Amino acid sequence: MAGELVKLLSELKEQEALNFVEKALAEGVDPMELLGDARDGMNIVGQKFATEEYFIPDLVFSGEVLKGIVKILEPHLKKDEKTERLGKVVIGTAAGDIHDIGKDLVVFMLDVNGFEVHDLGIDVPAQKFVDTIKETGSKVVGLSGFLTLAFQSMKDTVDAITEAGLRDDLKIMIGGGQIDEQVRSYTGADAYGKDAMEAVKLAKGWIGGR
Amino acid sequence: MEKKWEEMSAEEKREARFATWYAAEGVEFQSPEAEAMYKASVTRFKDTVLMEKTPDRVPIFPIGTFMQTDLYGVTPYECMYDYDKLVSTNKQFLLDYKPDYYGSPAFIGSGKILEILEFQQYRWPGHGVSKNSGYQCVEGEYMKAEDYPSLIDDPSDFWLRTWIPRVFGTLAPLANLAPLTWLWEIVAVSGLTVPYGIPDVQNALKALLEAGNEAMVWFQKIQAFEMEAKGMGFPTAMGGAAKAPYDILADTLRGTRGIMTDLYRRPEMVSKAMERITPLQIKQGVGMATMAGNPMVFMPLHKGADGFLSDEQFRTFYWPPLKDVILGIASEGCVPFLFCEGSFNTRLKYLEELPRGSCFWIFDRTDMAKAKELIGDKICIGGNVPAGLLLTGTPEQVKAYCKELIDVAGKGGGFIMATGTGMDEGKPDTLHAMIDFTREYGVYR
Repeated sequence: MAGELVKLLSELKEQEALNFVEKALAEGVDPMELLGDARDGMNIVGQKFATEEYFIPDLVFSGEVLKGIVKILEPHLKKDEKTERLGKVVIGTAAGDIHDIGKDLVVFMLDVNGFEVHDLGIDVPAQKFVDTIKETGSKVVGLSGFLTLAFQSMKDTVDAITEAGLRDDLKIMIGGGQIDEQVRSYTGADAYGKDAMEAVKLAKGWIGGR
Repeated sequence: MEKKWEEMSAEEKREARFATWYAAEGVEFQSPEAEAMYKASVTRFKDTVLMEKTPDRVPIFPIGTFMQTDLYGVTPYECMYDYDKLVSTNKQFLLDYKPDYYGSPAFIGSGKILEILEFQQYRWPGHGVSKNSGYQCVEGEYMKAEDYPSLIDDPSDFWLRTWIPRVFGTLAPLANLAPLTWLWEIVAVSGLTVPYGIPDVQNALKALLEAGNEAMVWFQKIQAFEMEAKGMGFPTAMGGAAKAPYDILADTLRGTRGIMTDLYRRPEMVSKAMERITPLQIKQGVGMATMAGNPMVFMPLHKGADGFLSDEQFRTFYWPPLKDVILGIASEGCVPFLFCEGSFNTRLKYLEELPRGSCFWIFDRTDMAKAKELIGDKICIGGNVPAGLLLTGTPEQVKAYCKELIDVAGKGGGFIMATGTGMDEGKPDTLHAMIDFTREYGVYR
């Protein structure tokens, strides 16, 4: 029975996965074990995305299935059981831009790959990034932007981080619709990624990981 | 005797539509030179997109939304609320930069109208986003999963009584109307008029009148600009507009997340809905192009890009209805203008199915060498000048990029020099470099 949920979730079999969780709970299976299986299942989804076997709809839908599973498990879980995380990443859509689809995919992939993600949402002012870096002690920051106006906001954010004296041992990655090497160089970020998997690779390269 | 429209072949219709565009009836040209420039630009576009002969040179079409006005320090907010400023800067842009084609300021729209109608699906400058920002879409499920049957059953009724009330705050009371098709013969008239007596519905209708009044003010300015631009010798390369049926679901109705879950939970509903949407898109594209007297049908493509669907999903959901729309529009003599955002590298193999000269593709981040190799012998391609390069690069970098594009993708014709995305902002030196360099280097000898 162990591993069944991993398989069902990683193969995106929503109804079967939900039925399985209900049944397993009724049979007295430890909800923490089921949650662990769900996490393993999501990890496989992430790997399949990395190898281009899965695409964005698969990621989005796996998140939906996971939501359903967690909803069933939640009343049975003890509070504040924390899992070990690789490191912290602060992420948000740059000031002036309210797009979040790309950013959410990056958050999702970082999360299933074991990072503690501080998602600041959309239209995030530079100061908010600075404050959160200070609060969390995070060493990696991700800036997302779909519009060209985000080029300037990203540069302003990088500058604000530098002015706050936080730039030296911090890595900044950027991504989104029109971002390329040219824009990276303009903003002063350390790297850009063209998809969510590259964000994971960059973060792992900077703060280590499996 | 002239053939009747319905008896014409697709090619004959296309010739007739191009002739209308070329003739520019009603346009007062400012000089014989302006008229010659207009006609040369139309001919250049025709030669390029139909792939019938090598044009005189590469057509230049920098595609902008707020770029033309940003170059003069006019904010997106001013563009949406001060129509005079919008059109005067668009005119100045044509005089200063001399692109071959103008992008219509009609794309900008009126902020006042959006305010009157309390439009929910976008935020616009000064209304949810900064006055310096362009408009931005608010993702949402404006159509619920359970709405599929009513959309499929009667799209127009769904639009009027469900989608519009959700997307326009002041029009929410229109949900109280009865379906218009319930109105038949004398016995139905009085009863079906009752909803129009409801105070909320009356307020919604009053808001529509107010929006209509504002729209007339706006439209007169836009229309005057369009006539003047043509008179100055600049045609536009946009007539009608249509969308890929999948994008109507993914952008307009269900939202990105909504449609992606539908692919798993209710795939047959997605397919049925697209079957209903397909003929509507063909009709809209052809209808608008006919009104505009311009055969180009602008089709912005979004959610079919690389990564947004698996190959199987693309081939099942995205491509067949899109191909039907393209062929349907082409069969009426119009030319679909696929504005293909993101990258389409893994999709190019499907484009090979399209008949020669049936449409043209402006790419964003697609590999242009690969596109030229796979489809360039029968389908016109263009675009790919990156926004990042134009906004943060140097004129020399831009020239080098454009040279490479002309050498590779422009070889033998069938290529349009264009930005890969609708530009919100602009930088004078790099934009001049793109336009002026192409005018000089892009000549076919």
